[in-house]
Amino acid sequence: MTQEHVVVIYPHPDDESFGAAGTIASYREKGVPVTYLCGTLGEMGRNMGNPVFANRETLSSYRKEELVKACQALDIDVRMLGYRDKTLEFEQVEQVAGHLQSILEEINPTLVITHYPGYAVHPDHDALGEAVIEAVRNIEDSRRPELWAQAIATNYEKELGEPDIRHDIKPYWDKKMAAIETHLSQASGMMSLIKEKPDFNENEELEHLRYERFYRWNYNN
Amino acid sequence: MEVIVKEKVQQIIDQFAGKDVYVHLETTNGAYASHFDENAYNVGAFIRNAKVKYEHGKIVGSGNAYRVGLKLDLGWLYAEGVTDYELDDQNRLLMAGHDREGRLMVALEISETPFSHESVGQS
Ligand SMILES: [Zn+2]
Repeated sequence: MTQEHVVVIYPHPDDESFGAAGTIASYREKGVPVTYLCGTLGEMGRNMGNPVFANRETLSSYRKEELVKACQALDIDVRMLGYRDKTLEFEQVEQVAGHLQSILEEINPTLVITHYPGYAVHPDHDALGEAVIEAVRNIEDSRRPELWAQAIATNYEKELGEPDIRHDIKPYWDKKMAAIETHLSQASGMMSLIKEKPDFNENEELEHLRYERFYRWNYNN
Repeated sequence: MEVIVKEKVQQIIDQFAGKDVYVHLETTNGAYASHFDENAYNVGAFIRNAKVKYEHGKIVGSGNAYRVGLKLDLGWLYAEGVTDYELDDQNRLLMAGHDREGRLMVALEISETPFSHESVGQS
């Protein structure tokens, strides 16, 4: 049987923590290795910390450190792909897909998690999701991993139907919060929200964090 | 970064005048503006490492937000809403405007050497 291995591919340091930390933690608990391929260093982020401690030129260095800490908190490997924040959609899709494919063929994962193109709000999310799908499509049938795509857009359920996978990550909540908290420059707003209203039921924002939802990508149609 | 002291920033702007410099100019309201508010528009503009030479530059305004304009050989360049500045360890003039939550809204940076992909000053 093939060795299980999960690869998460998102463009920004913190996408992994907000979007999939619970799912990641559940795999780590079972001893399944997880690798995060992080597309950019979030160089163009608007949040400079609150109070402000970064500037446009130092932000990427802080975010790189935060990314490493988050991946330590989640006990996963990380590889930085070296693209620049907010420019991914202007790269050639085939080129990014080829780059990803070579890494995936080396790691040989059983599951790949990425954003659902067209429903992931941030242009980098959509662009990298599209390249990931292309990359996985180009892997030969016998080695092709399963692919889960995550939608974020407000309307997504209306258009795509109910997600195939819906993880209630409550058992991993502390782990997820610990991962989010490492992203100090980005997460202060979210963390104060969580501390104000720790009750899941009264906070829609937390509900998004509690249920990690994915669509299983179907390569046959 | 610190709150702009107009005279100090003007002095630094003057030091770069007449030289070949690289600029980073950016304005943004974030990629999520219309996600959080469906009536909002996502707008932004960005240029990094444009090589220019300016005859003179000026910082104008008072109170808490300033405008900085550079008169180029063949045109103009300006940024509005600048609130903070820093002359960093690589002798680059970094200027930015932040909103109440500390989020960057506009940035104008001037350097005699190209801006790198990642800042080398920090580890
Ligand atoms: Zn993101």
